[in-house]
Amino acid sequence: MKVEEIDVDNEVGEVSEILSQNEKTKGILIHVLQQIQEDMGYLPDEVLRKLSKKLNIPLSEIYSVASFYKMFHFKPRGKKVVRVCLGTACYVRGSKKVLNMLENEFGIKSGDTTEDLTMTLETVGCVGCCGLAPVATINDNVVGEIIGNKKLEKLIDDIRE
Amino acid sequence: MEKNIIIKVCMGTGGVASGGEEVLAKFREMITESNLNAKISSNCHAQKVGCRGFCSKDVLVDVIVDDVKTTYKHIKPDMVERIFNEHVINGVPVNEWLAGPEYNNFHDKQTKVVLSHCGDIDPEDIDSYIAVGGYNAAKKAVLEMAPEEIVNIIKNSNLRGRGGAGFPTGLKWELGLRIKSDVKYVICNGDEGDPGAFMDRSVMEGDPHSVIEGMIICAKATQSNSGYIYVRAEYPLAVKRLQMAIEQCLMKNFLGNNIFGSDFSFDLKIFQGAGAFVCGEATALMRSIEGKRGMPSPKLWRSAERGLWDKPTVLNNVETFANVPKIILNGANWYRKLGTERSGGTKVFSLSGKVRNTGLVEVPLGISLREIIYDIGGGIEGGKNFKAVQTGGPSGGCIPAELLDTEVDYESLARAGSIMGSGGMVVLDENTCMVNTAKFFLEFTQAESCGKCTPCRIGTKRMLEILERITSGKGKDGDIELLEELGNHIRATSLCGLGMTAANPVLSTLKYFRDEYIAHIKEKRCPAAVCRDLITFTIIEELCKGCGSCKRVCPADAIRGTRKSPHRIDKELCIKCGSCFDACKFKAILKV
Repeated sequence: MKVEEIDVDNEVGEVSEILSQNEKTKGILIHVLQQIQEDMGYLPDEVLRKLSKKLNIPLSEIYSVASFYKMFHFKPRGKKVVRVCLGTACYVRGSKKVLNMLENEFGIKSGDTTEDLTMTLETVGCVGCCGLAPVATINDNVVGEIIGNKKLEKLIDDIRE
Repeated sequence: MEKNIIIKVCMGTGGVASGGEEVLAKFREMITESNLNAKISSNCHAQKVGCRGFCSKDVLVDVIVDDVKTTYKHIKPDMVERIFNEHVINGVPVNEWLAGPEYNNFHDKQTKVVLSHCGDIDPEDIDSYIAVGGYNAAKKAVLEMAPEEIVNIIKNSNLRGRGGAGFPTGLKWELGLRIKSDVKYVICNGDEGDPGAFMDRSVMEGDPHSVIEGMIICAKATQSNSGYIYVRAEYPLAVKRLQMAIEQCLMKNFLGNNIFGSDFSFDLKIFQGAGAFVCGEATALMRSIEGKRGMPSPKLWRSAERGLWDKPTVLNNVETFANVPKIILNGANWYRKLGTERSGGTKVFSLSGKVRNTGLVEVPLGISLREIIYDIGGGIEGGKNFKAVQTGGPSGGCIPAELLDTEVDYESLARAGSIMGSGGMVVLDENTCMVNTAKFFLEFTQAESCGKCTPCRIGTKRMLEILERITSGKGKDGDIELLEELGNHIRATSLCGLGMTAANPVLSTLKYFRDEYIAHIKEKRCPAAVCRDLITFTIIEELCKGCGSCKRVCPADAIRGTRKSPHRIDKELCIKCGSCFDACKFKAILKV
């Protein structure tokens, strides 16, 4: 989404008539941030500065909101974002092992991105597929039952692919 | 011969992850290729259905021939051809792939109200929902019923908030109706974040219209004209299906201006969360919709008085809303009788952990934990012994074996030191270390604490440090008492539910499994052999065949030995990863 093209009333939708201008611009902030991130992969500083002017919200406040939520990133991200689930069910079925294995294989720690931007490794609370534990997600795809070396190797191949 | 054949392929997140799309595509391809509709039947089609709650057996496929349903489990695309040829065309089911009695047991012992359509209808098609009576309740409520009448039915049904706190829904709506305001909001809380809980996801993915219908009825009852569904960002499929459902409703005039031809209007929007567990808390959720940091505010007034943008707001959980259409259609008495005296109806639990059948389970309130875990869940995986069941996610507690006959309702679980919560139910077996489990949950809440209030921000951190000390063998006298003291203070003084309940996993395990804490602290021993710093791996010489499997997998080259003679683990080099333990086929590695 181009910052210049944001139409506040259109983004707010039906409730627009009853909100003050201030409430409106604030109300669409998270939604707009989501769209910027979807387009660019992260929230570049220069775009946030433009957004601050456009919506008339102080830059500090935009950063305050964006940094509160886990989904927003201020640095470029890997092409594949791999999230290893450390939810209860996955945890008791050995997802820590999956995480350690990936950290060793790619030489990065959880939360980091490889230098060539192939992948970003993260952990996630629970993706809600506890029946398939342990699971990891590669972008939006869920890989389930990662038990044993064969499955682990397959996971690594899928990431490299 | 004319046959009516429907093939239903499970396509919840679990189903899709196991290859549901490919299976469905293959079935559709087979139907087209065989030209079956022209040859033997007037109607044969394959459709996607939502999660039926038995994800460990995915992809599940129903083949329904003239109303006789046969269910297959673990179906892969290459198995489709045989099922199609033998069963669909020749009418002989493929016996070895049937889901079998286990599947039937799992389902037969449940009482499905909220999940009654999940796994049965196509969640992406409004007509599929209408065909099973969908939107009749909303139509009735909007066209024929007075707001007070709806509120009374919900009050009499004894429906209580399914998000965990159990506040009577009817009372909330009554307050929402009584407050006068030009603008009021209805919000559906779909920010399901408890680890081990996925019932709201399944309802939003499998039966999105039931949630929307419940919200329409609530809007009418409280005279609100705008609504939001707050869905957590980690559920893209739920967002997609709800979005489709809203668009279909707009086309049919079930949402928008003058719905069902009445003078009542209701607009509904989806708000996608951005990844913050604390936003499941009502006030934090509303701040998030307002575009602010999702931090809870002190509850000086109820949301029904001052909520979103300071306007009266009625906020309920996904499951609560999904119950509403059924209550309107079947009456308050019907619903009340399903449950106990104080809590009406059923509750959906997501049963997971070390239990044989993991999945979604809907049961009447008042059923015992034992019935859920043994009769429906099929008991403990791998014939191990049951140790505890953790209910209510990170806000809940662990309930030990001696309390397995506890009735499941809000009050009994609270008495046992846990909570009903949103419905996560994780079964732990004898191989689970309770100290480590408590640490796991505290790690979660500590990381998700928003930082606004001191008891939660600093208190949970200090508790976590003590637990880390204990599990790494550095626990000292007085640690247990300190944990209890801290826990009770955090419970009493935190701002919101996240903090108030954060200590529950620790306090409940201290209550029932104190001896494990003592073993960690005094004997530097982990009874369940889980805590890495407290265990050692040794090879039992008599059992070792010298196959070398362990040596090959050891990442630290800590295993020495020549072929066909017993191997040995160098304790200096061993990093205690457990790879050898998993690789040994002869159970020759001892973990203590």
